[in-house]
Amino acid sequence: MAVLVIADHDNASVRDTTHKTVSAAQKLGGEIDILVLGQGAQAAAEAAGRIAGVRKVLLAESPALDKLIAEAVADVVVPLAANYDAVLTPATSAGKNFSPRIAAKLDVMQISDVIEVVDANTFVRPIYAGNALETVQSGDAKKVITVRPTTFKAAPEGGSAPVETLAVGGDPARTRFVGEEVVKSERPELGAAKIVVSGGRALGSAEEFHRVMDPLADLLGAAVGASRAAVDAGYAPNDWQVGQTGKVVAPDLYIAIGISGAIQHLAGMKDSKVIVAINKDADAPIFQVADYGLVADYKAAVPELMTELGKTGAEIS
Amino acid sequence: MKVLVPVKRVIDYNVKVRVKPDQSGVDLANVKMSMNPFDEIAVEEAVRLKEKGAATEVVVVSVGPQQAQETIRTALAMGADRGILVQADQAVDPLGVAKLLARIVGEESPGLVIMGKQAIDDDNNATGQMLAALLDWPQATFASKIEVSGDTANVTREVDGGLQTLGVALPAIVTADLRLNEPRYASLPNIMKAKKKPIDVKSPGDYGVDIAPRLKVTRVTEPPKRQGGKKIDSVAALVVALKNEAGVL
Repeated sequence: MAVLVIADHDNASVRDTTHKTVSAAQKLGGEIDILVLGQGAQAAAEAAGRIAGVRKVLLAESPALDKLIAEAVADVVVPLAANYDAVLTPATSAGKNFSPRIAAKLDVMQISDVIEVVDANTFVRPIYAGNALETVQSGDAKKVITVRPTTFKAAPEGGSAPVETLAVGGDPARTRFVGEEVVKSERPELGAAKIVVSGGRALGSAEEFHRVMDPLADLLGAAVGASRAAVDAGYAPNDWQVGQTGKVVAPDLYIAIGISGAIQHLAGMKDSKVIVAINKDADAPIFQVADYGLVADYKAAVPELMTELGKTGAEIS
Repeated sequence: MKVLVPVKRVIDYNVKVRVKPDQSGVDLANVKMSMNPFDEIAVEEAVRLKEKGAATEVVVVSVGPQQAQETIRTALAMGADRGILVQADQAVDPLGVAKLLARIVGEESPGLVIMGKQAIDDDNNATGQMLAALLDWPQATFASKIEVSGDTANVTREVDGGLQTLGVALPAIVTADLRLNEPRYASLPNIMKAKKKPIDVKSPGDYGVDIAPRLKVTRVTEPPKRQGGKKIDSVAALVVALKNEAGVL
C-alpha cells in the first residue's frame, strides 16, 4: 500500500493542512509520499520532507502548476497514480477544484471532505451542510479523497525524506491564467488561526463590519470570519465566509458577533475548542452551541470587551 | 451557442433534515424539494447569456426521479428553452451523473456547460470537474463572474485568499458559486409558458452508461451535538472565564 498526499503550500513552506492530511493518510496505512506542485517550490518540498513518516517528496514545477490549474494538475497526477493506492488532497478551494478531475480520469468516485478514516475502504463525511454524517464504503480499487483538515491532528515534524524532481509537460493549451486578486493581510489565515472573530448580518454594513471587527481581530491577533448572511449582504469578502459552503475552521477560540447561528454556519465552526457568542437576541440558535453566551448589543459589548482585554493584559500572539 | 445547464432536485435549503432512526439515510417523506440553489444560479447565468445575445438556446438536464420534471419546469419558467430528464429512481453518484452528462453533451454539442458548484444534499462538489475530465474540456469552477467573448470565456473564480481569473477556450465547463448572480423569481406568465416547453424523458439505459454507485452508504447518523454552555451576564465575567476557566486567552 502506498499513499500520495498532494501538499498545500506557498512555495516557501507547507501549510498545516498538509500535516493534517498526512495524518489522515497514516490511518490508511502504507508508505506516504508527498507531491509538491508549484513553481520555485524547492523550499516547500524540503519542508514537506521534514514531516515525520514521509518516504519521499516529489516536486513538479511549471507556471500552470504554480496556479494549480486543474488540467495541469491532472496531467501530472493521473500517470503518477499508477504507483499509489490512494491520492489524498486537503479540501482547500484548489484541492476541491482539481481532485475530482483526477478521480474521473481514473474512473473513480471521489470521496469528498473526509472527516474520519474508519479503515482503508470506509470513511465518514458530512452531508447536508454537516447536518448528517454518512459512512461510505468505496468499491474502487484506487481511492481519490479530499480531506477536511480541521478534524485531523497535524503529523509532527522530524522526518528527512529526499526530494525527487519530476519532469513536467507543457502548460494546458486551452486554459490560460489571466490574473488574480490576492488579499494581502497581516492577520493569520482564517483556516489556521488560533483565534477567529466572526461577524454577522447584525453589523448592518461593510463599514460597520470593519469598524467593529478589525480592531478586535488585531487586538487578539485573530483572523476575521463572517457568516454567509454577512457575505451575501456584501459586508465581508467571500473568502471570509465560515460555514459549510465557505471555510471550515476549528480554532481554540471562536467569537461570533451578531451571528444568529444558521445550521450552515454552525457546520463551519462547531469543532472550535471554545465558542463565544455575543448577540442581543437571547433565542438565537448560536447560544445552543456556544460555551459562553453573552446576550448583549455588540455596539456596547465589543468596545467593553476590548477594554477588558486590555485590562487583563491579554497578550496573544 | 447552446448552453447546457444540469440541475438537481434536492431537499429545499430551508428544511431541517432529519436522519432516519434506522440510520439508512435522511427522511425524504413529505419534505419540500427544490432546485439545488447553486444550480438555480447556473440557470440564471445561462438565461442572462441568452438575453445578452451570447447564447442562442438554454437546455436544462436533470438526472433523478420522475418528480425532477418539476425542477426542470422551474428552470424553464426562469427562461430556459427545453429540458431533458434522465429518469433514474435509484441514487446516482457524481461519477455516474458526469458519465450521463458526457453522453448528452455528445448529442447536444453545447458551447458551454454551466452548473452549480455543489449539490446541497450530498455536498460532493465533484460533478462539474468530473464532466470536464471525461470530456477533456477546460474547467473553471466556483465562478463569480463569466464573460464570454467569441470562442473563449474569462471566468473569475472564488479561491482561498481572493479571486483568480482563468481564460478558458470553449467548449468548457463552468461551475457557479454564490456571488455569480441573484436568480430571478419566475413570473406567473412565464410559469404558464413553461408548461408548454418540451421535456424529453430518457432512461439511463438509453445512454449505455454504467451508473451503479461506487460508494456504498452503510450508515447515516446525526452529528454529535455540541452542548451549549452557559450565559454570562457581563463582558468582564466573560473575559475572566476565557482566561481562567477556558484558558484560551
